Amino acid sequence: MGSLFEYAPAPESRAVVDIAPSYGLFIDGEFTDSADGKVFKTVSPATEEVLSEVAQAGEADVDRAVKAARKAFASWSALPGAERAKYLFRIARIIQERSRELAVLETLDNGKPIKETRDADLPLVAAHFFYYAGWADKLDHAGFGADPAPLGVAGQVIPWNFPLLMLAWKIAPALATGNTVVLKPAETTPLSALFFADICRQAGLPKGVVNILPGYGDAGAALVGHPDVNKVAFTGSTAVGKEIARTVAGTSKKLTLELGGKGANIVFDDAPIDQAVEGIVTGIFFNQGQVCCAGSRLLVQESIQDELLDALKRRLSTLRLGDPLDKNTDIGAINSAEQLARITELADKGEAEGAERWSPACEIPSSGYWFAPTLFTNVTQAHTIARDEIFGPVLSVLSFRTPDEAVAKANNTQYGLSAGIWTEKGSRILAVANKLRAGVVWSNTFNKFDPTSPFGGYKESGFGREGGRHGLEAYLDV
Amino acid sequence: MPSPKLSAPLEQGGTPTTSPAKAFADVTASDSTLRRFLHGLPGVDAVGLEARAASLGTRSIKTTAKAYAIDLAISMVDLTTLEGADTPGKVRALGAKAVHPDPTDRTSPTTAAVCVYPDMVAVAKEAVAGSGVKVASVATAFPAGRAALGVKLADVRDAVAAGADEIDMVIDRGAFLAGDYLKVYDEITAVKEACGTSARLKVIFETGELSTYDNIRRASWLGMMAGADFIKTSTGKVAVNATPANTLLMLEAVRDFRAQTGVQVGVKPAGGIRTTKDAVKFLVLVNETAGQDWLDNHWFRFGASSLLNDLLMQRQKLATGRYSGPDYVTVD
Repeated sequence: MGSLFEYAPAPESRAVVDIAPSYGLFIDGEFTDSADGKVFKTVSPATEEVLSEVAQAGEADVDRAVKAARKAFASWSALPGAERAKYLFRIARIIQERSRELAVLETLDNGKPIKETRDADLPLVAAHFFYYAGWADKLDHAGFGADPAPLGVAGQVIPWNFPLLMLAWKIAPALATGNTVVLKPAETTPLSALFFADICRQAGLPKGVVNILPGYGDAGAALVGHPDVNKVAFTGSTAVGKEIARTVAGTSKKLTLELGGKGANIVFDDAPIDQAVEGIVTGIFFNQGQVCCAGSRLLVQESIQDELLDALKRRLSTLRLGDPLDKNTDIGAINSAEQLARITELADKGEAEGAERWSPACEIPSSGYWFAPTLFTNVTQAHTIARDEIFGPVLSVLSFRTPDEAVAKANNTQYGLSAGIWTEKGSRILAVANKLRAGVVWSNTFNKFDPTSPFGGYKESGFGREGGRHGLEAYLDV
Repeated sequence: MPSPKLSAPLEQGGTPTTSPAKAFADVTASDSTLRRFLHGLPGVDAVGLEARAASLGTRSIKTTAKAYAIDLAISMVDLTTLEGADTPGKVRALGAKAVHPDPTDRTSPTTAAVCVYPDMVAVAKEAVAGSGVKVASVATAFPAGRAALGVKLADVRDAVAAGADEIDMVIDRGAFLAGDYLKVYDEITAVKEACGTSARLKVIFETGELSTYDNIRRASWLGMMAGADFIKTSTGKVAVNATPANTLLMLEAVRDFRAQTGVQVGVKPAGGIRTTKDAVKFLVLVNETAGQDWLDNHWFRFGASSLLNDLLMQRQKLATGRYSGPDYVTVD
């Protein structure tokens, strides 16, 4: 009998997913080459292996796709809600049936652990389609007046951190309300959106209702600026969000932006310590911290700071970093070399500015993009790492003495997407939550998502809400 | 950790300079100091605790890790018979099985112990003589614990005199739920004393009856302060016995207790663990919560009887590549 309990590798089989050597754009129900014939490669961030070659959309392709969506809009929006619901339910069921395949695909293309794609992403993707399918024939009762009208063609640009989930957040409410869609997935993670295109065909969705255009920022800009797009929805960085706001300003386009964040996770001295530690881990190390609502600032009451940090460090030492396809992996790969460089730069800056850096002993694979879970202590509000969004597995620890100070520090950020409160005292949860300027406030939990719950930001975290009844509003003329 | 603080918390694995009873003398000085201490322990968020236990349950254990886990689990089983109908013959059969769990494969490890009622200790002792298998006995008016202290102590002394290596005592849940913590504490210390130096003491909380996780954490600390060598979830005689969540919570308690006092205490989930898959999940909890220092049968046990056969069948499957069947392992 050995002396250690070493888990044997348990990789998920890649055989469940069949990735073609090349993919086209999905326009008007067909896969097609881009007008100028450009292609780009998508790689697995864990191994740097090229997964496939994908057609790269340009301005002409955006125009083609918007035209297809405009043509489809007339009949799609005229369908009774119950008919649209049938398509959405069908898509939701196909996603469930193909969820293992999609989970493996997403892990290969994005680098996040299979246990997250399998247990978090895919169930939520299906749930969003089910949820909005349920709304499609009840829009009269959604609180936006009788018979609210769709907007028309929605141009949607999504990020690489939750490729399929962000697609679901955007496409499900758009279709339920009778809009048609042109969606641009991120250049590092186009594959699951293209598989979704196939699901649309499988579901018999009318041509042109959903169009998928893999491409770079220029394609996104062309889509956002296209004169025949009625609604723009964007999830991504604050810098790009501002650019989009400038483009859309003065037009009749409706806009929702879901941008960066620097969430505060506030732990009071009467918190359930062991569960708070889990919540901190979920808050910042879920999806390698590449989450806009990550709890990247830990605000801990001074009286329990040492105890909590000891417990947190002990817990971080049990995190398993490595092959994202291994079911036992907790921390996968960073999505791209560029993102890794940015995380590295900001973490180095934290050190240079005098914060104390700590990481558990952990082996980094030789190929791929990896960043060890990292903790910074002795951080103050004046440090860059306490202000800038890092979008990686880097936690900044700050302390406070009173609830008022906690609220003041939590709100002292240009962002306002999420926050967490940990305390056993119910009255304190309510009192503090009311004072936090954040779109989502979790109490005694973190990074929990549900299609029925609206999600969105304050300040530079954007505006508009996705999910829930509120999420319908962004796609209706109200 | 909780107030009042001990003067000198020890590094993990350090040697305690004093017994828990002395270290916590201030805490156990009166009912009110004890209550303050126990109610000052960090709370438990039920949703979060259960979510953590469930997520550890999804660890995938295969091939070499599985083979290791199965043998480890077999070596941690307290093979148990606690029936009114127990006879010397039944206990002897159980003892033989503990020594040679798999009649077809003598490389199988022995179980940790056989667990019997006090009047069967002598029989069990003889049945496992020379094998290293311990004899545990449920003394203290098991399973209800509803008897006078004198009766419980006599029960313990009886079992110890008959050669029991381990005593599994039940706490007075009535007193605990009534907030009479000092009474529970005093009973445990008295039983510990009756165990002398020859028998290790396992304290059973009957977590299903304590009903809240906060209570389970308080009971864990109470038991450890009173000198328990093991803390144990349940008797196996009620509806809710060992669960991943209550075992995870107790593992956190022993981990924190050692960090603070240097004293290591074992954990024994009992009742309701029937399959290899379940047992492996518990081992993952041990590994990732208390740590590897608890991964042997001196510090972790399974109170189970039907579990062993499933472990043996899985072990045969790994050895031969085929599933056998219930006729290839022994009935008790």
